[in-house]
Amino acid sequence: MSSIQEKQQVLIDDFDFLEEWMDKYSHIIEMGKSMATLSEDEKEEDLLVKGCQSKVWLKAEKNGDHVIFKADADAIIAKGIVAMLIDVFSDQPAKEVAQADLDFLDKMGLKDHLSPTRANGLMSMITQMKYYALVFAG
Amino acid sequence: MAYNVQDIRAQFPILNQKIHGHPLVYLDNAATSQKPLVVINAISDYYLNYNANVHRGVHTLSQRATDGMESVREQVRAHINAKEAAEIIFTRGITDSINTIAFGLSSIVSKGQNVVITEMEHHSNIVPWQMLCERTGAELRYFPVNAHGELVVDQIDTIIDKDTAVVSFNHISNALGTINPVQLLLKKAQSVGAWTLVDGAQSGPHAMVDVQEWDVDFFTLSSHKMYGPTGLGILYGKRERLEALPPYQGGGEMIATVTMKESSYAGIPHKFEAGTPHIEGIIGFGAALTFVNELGIENIAAHESELLAYAVEQCSSIEGFRIIGDSLNKASVLSFVVDGTHSYDLGVLLDQQGVAIRTGQHCTQPIMDAFCVSGTARASFALYNTKEEIDLFKAALVKAVNMLK
Ligand SMILES: Cc1ncc(COP(=O)(O)O)c(C=O)c1O
Repeated sequence: MSSIQEKQQVLIDDFDFLEEWMDKYSHIIEMGKSMATLSEDEKEEDLLVKGCQSKVWLKAEKNGDHVIFKADADAIIAKGIVAMLIDVFSDQPAKEVAQADLDFLDKMGLKDHLSPTRANGLMSMITQMKYYALVFAG
Repeated sequence: MAYNVQDIRAQFPILNQKIHGHPLVYLDNAATSQKPLVVINAISDYYLNYNANVHRGVHTLSQRATDGMESVREQVRAHINAKEAAEIIFTRGITDSINTIAFGLSSIVSKGQNVVITEMEHHSNIVPWQMLCERTGAELRYFPVNAHGELVVDQIDTIIDKDTAVVSFNHISNALGTINPVQLLLKKAQSVGAWTLVDGAQSGPHAMVDVQEWDVDFFTLSSHKMYGPTGLGILYGKRERLEALPPYQGGGEMIATVTMKESSYAGIPHKFEAGTPHIEGIIGFGAALTFVNELGIENIAAHESELLAYAVEQCSSIEGFRIIGDSLNKASVLSFVVDGTHSYDLGVLLDQQGVAIRTGQHCTQPIMDAFCVSGTARASFALYNTKEEIDLFKAALVKAVNMLK
C-alpha cells in the first residue's frame, strides 16, 4: 500500500508526462470511466457535494482506522477528478487524510487550469473528504 | 449593401485571440454579446470628455451628459416605436425591469386572480411573479410547452381566463430559441383585461419590435445582449400603465419634492429611475443601437438564420446529437444534448479547443425539467459569427464526443 504522498507523486508524474491539456483531460476521463460507481440506491441526496456544477456523490466508510471513499458523478470530468482524489485518499489512515497536504493539486497545475467555479467544486470535494476523515479519526 | 462579416469582425477586437492555443470561437451570445469598438469608444469618449452627473448641474458638462443620455432615450423610443420618450425607463437589466413591474403590481393583483407565464421562462421572469403571488395570494400559472419547445396555444382559453391579472412571457426563449406567437398571446390577454409584459432579452438583437403595433403594456430589453454595456436594461411601459404603478425604489432623481415627513414623486420616467443612472452604459447602448441599425436587424437576423441552419445541418450527423427545441420558428439558438455525454463535459472540452458555449440550465430550470434533461449545451450565434467558426465548433464537438464516449 503506497502512502498518500507516493500516490500524489504518481499523479503529478502522470500529469507532467502529458503535455497537452486535452491529453490530461483524456486521462481524467479514463480515470472517471474506470472508477467503481455507486448504485442508484446509494446516490442519496445528502451525499451530494455542495458547490459542484455537476452532481457529485461522495460516500465514506470506516474500515479500522482507514477511511474508504466511494463516489459517483453525472458528468465524466467531475467523476475523473473525484476518482483521482479517491485514488490518493481512499483506504488510507483517516488521520493522515485529515492532515494531508494538498499542494499536489498545484503541482499538477489543475487548480490553476480550472475556472474558479470548477476549482471551487474541486475544493468542495476535498473539504468533504477531509471532513469525513476528521470525524472518523475521532 | 452586402453583409460583410469580416468587416464586421474588425469592429470586435476581442474575437481576435487564442484560447488554449486555438482561435476563439465565441458562441455564447445568448448569455452576452461582445461589444464593438464604436461602443467602447463611446464610453471612453464620455469619460474623456463629458463625464458629469445628469439632471443636476447647470454647468456645461452636466448638460452634455444629460443631453447624451436623453438622446439615447429618444433613440430607444424610435427603435421600438413607443409614443413618447418618457415611456422609456433605464433600469439595471431585464431582471430589474421585471421586478419593478411585479413589485408595482402588489396592490393591484389580488387573491382569486392569476398570473400567467410560460414553462420556458428565464428565472428572471419566474421568480418576481412567484414573489408577487406569495405577497398577494394570486395563483401562478404556466403555459405548457410541447415536445418541439413551442407553447401549446390551443390551451390558451383555459389558461388565460377572466381572472387573469397579468400575462408575462419571453418573445424568444433563451434556452430553446423558440420565437413565441406574441400577438396571439397578447390579444387573448388584452381581451380579459390583463396587464401584459414581454421579455425581449433574446429578441432585442434579432427582431424589430413595434410596441404600439403589439399594444403591449411593458416590454423590456437588455443592453448587454444587444452589443451594449452590461448593467443596463430598458423598460418600456405605456404611460397610463406606468403612472398607475407606485415607484419601486426611493431616492434621488425620482422625487418632485421631499420634506421631512413625505415626498411627492416625479413623473415618468424619473419616478422609476432612483439614483444616479448608468450614464456610461446608456451612452454606450446608444452607440450599440446605431451600430445594429446601420447593419439592419433584418440583415443580422438573416445572417444568423443561415448560421443556425448550417449548424443544424452540420451537427445532425453526430451520433446521439439531439436538438432540444426544434420548432420551425426559431432564432439563432442551438440548444442540444449528445446522448451518452453530459453537457458540462462538452462545455469543458470545447473550451479546451477555443470554443465558448453555454452549458447547464440557462437559468430556465422548469423547461429543463419539462424536457427531462439536467441541462443542455447551447451554441448561440451573433452578427459576427461565421460558417468557418461553425466548422471549428463541429470539429471540436466531434472530438469531445469521441473522448467522452
Ligand atoms: C430570456 C431572458 N430573460 C431575461 C434575462 C435576464 O436579463 P438581464 O441579464 O438583463 O437581467 C435573460 C438573460 O440571460 C434572458 O435570456
